[in-house]
Amino acid sequence: MRKPTPPSQELIKGIWRENPVLVQLLGLCPTLAVTNTVENSLAMSAATTFVLVCSSLLVSSIKKIVPTEVRISTYILIIATFVTIADMILEALVPDVHKALGAFVALIVVNCIILGRQEAFASKNSVGRSLLDAVGMSIGFTATLTVMGAIRELLGAGTILGHSVLGPHFEPWVIMVLPPGGFFTLGFLLLVYSWVKRRSEARAVSTAGAVPAREAA
Amino acid sequence: MGNLLWIFISAAVVNNFTLALFLGLCPFLGVSGKVETGLRMGAANIFVMTLTALSVWILNTFILNAAPYLRIIAFIIVIASLVQIVEMAIKKLSPALFRALGIYLPLITTNCAILGLAIFQTNRGYGLLEGLAFALGGGVGLTIALVLMASIRETLELADVPAFARNMGLVLIIAGALSLAFMGFAGLFSAA
Repeated sequence: MRKPTPPSQELIKGIWRENPVLVQLLGLCPTLAVTNTVENSLAMSAATTFVLVCSSLLVSSIKKIVPTEVRISTYILIIATFVTIADMILEALVPDVHKALGAFVALIVVNCIILGRQEAFASKNSVGRSLLDAVGMSIGFTATLTVMGAIRELLGAGTILGHSVLGPHFEPWVIMVLPPGGFFTLGFLLLVYSWVKRRSEARAVSTAGAVPAREAA
Repeated sequence: MGNLLWIFISAAVVNNFTLALFLGLCPFLGVSGKVETGLRMGAANIFVMTLTALSVWILNTFILNAAPYLRIIAFIIVIASLVQIVEMAIKKLSPALFRALGIYLPLITTNCAILGLAIFQTNRGYGLLEGLAFALGGGVGLTIALVLMASIRETLELADVPAFARNMGLVLIIAGALSLAFMGFAGLFSAA
């Protein structure tokens, strides 16, 4: 059993320390596939947030009546239902974006972040905490996707959200909006993350003497 | 016949599932440490994908016409049960194969390549034969990507990289280079 943590921690941990994409390496398919523009990243994040928050709420409120043997199937069904709803809403509200995201909206079902949070958190914690956890993870996911989308759109087309930023003389790095650009950008972000983390750990060790940094984190 | 061949080649190299469509990244990054495991995972994938293509065709032709909004739910249930049945059947029929595929079979359920295959197959309106060619091509493409990545990573083990880069970041950048190389196959189609 995990020791009780302040509720605010449940919200904050998903943003940096347990960031679902950068630390847990979950949900990589949408992270790489739809982040070629900021607009697509935001739409994908919104859909994923909707599904994650709704599923976490439902799963944590029915956790006592779901038999352990069929829990995974139950979670998948709940998630698939919300994904269907999200798919229809996106298609009705923003048909262009829905078309750009293509099959990846339906693929939110197999986004490991969502199933992972149900199994690891929502099925063991209260509704309130699960909500905070889901919102925190969604913020972490959204932040990562937006940064990815911004880097790729800026370098690949010289624009942000369709507005020209780098001026007419900028020669777009077309590769950034193509599949390899996705791999390069995420790889670069992971390297930066691990570099920053190592530095802050080293600093914590040098200021706190012998206390290991991991204990403090 | 030529059409089927193109679907196969397109799914295998030109629009490689992993390197161009970003499907099946979890096994691609998770089990690409050794060539041996990469091959087994690839084999398990080819197998399940072919069966999925068959069941998706049955679902689309006979059942889902009446209720298209149930598509996502129906696909995921059918894939999950399919994997379970295949696992039990293999365990009974060929324990040797079961040991070889081992934990990779259940992992396939949440592999986006399988659901992706089902959805692409539906969106593109493939018939039975086209669907099977697409599934085989996708599976072969996944295996190629896995084995390539695994062989690179086996060599990478011995390379002297900075300590902070000894993680997935480096692997992803290598994957980017692989993906770049696979873009070269796009020229195959203009020649046709």
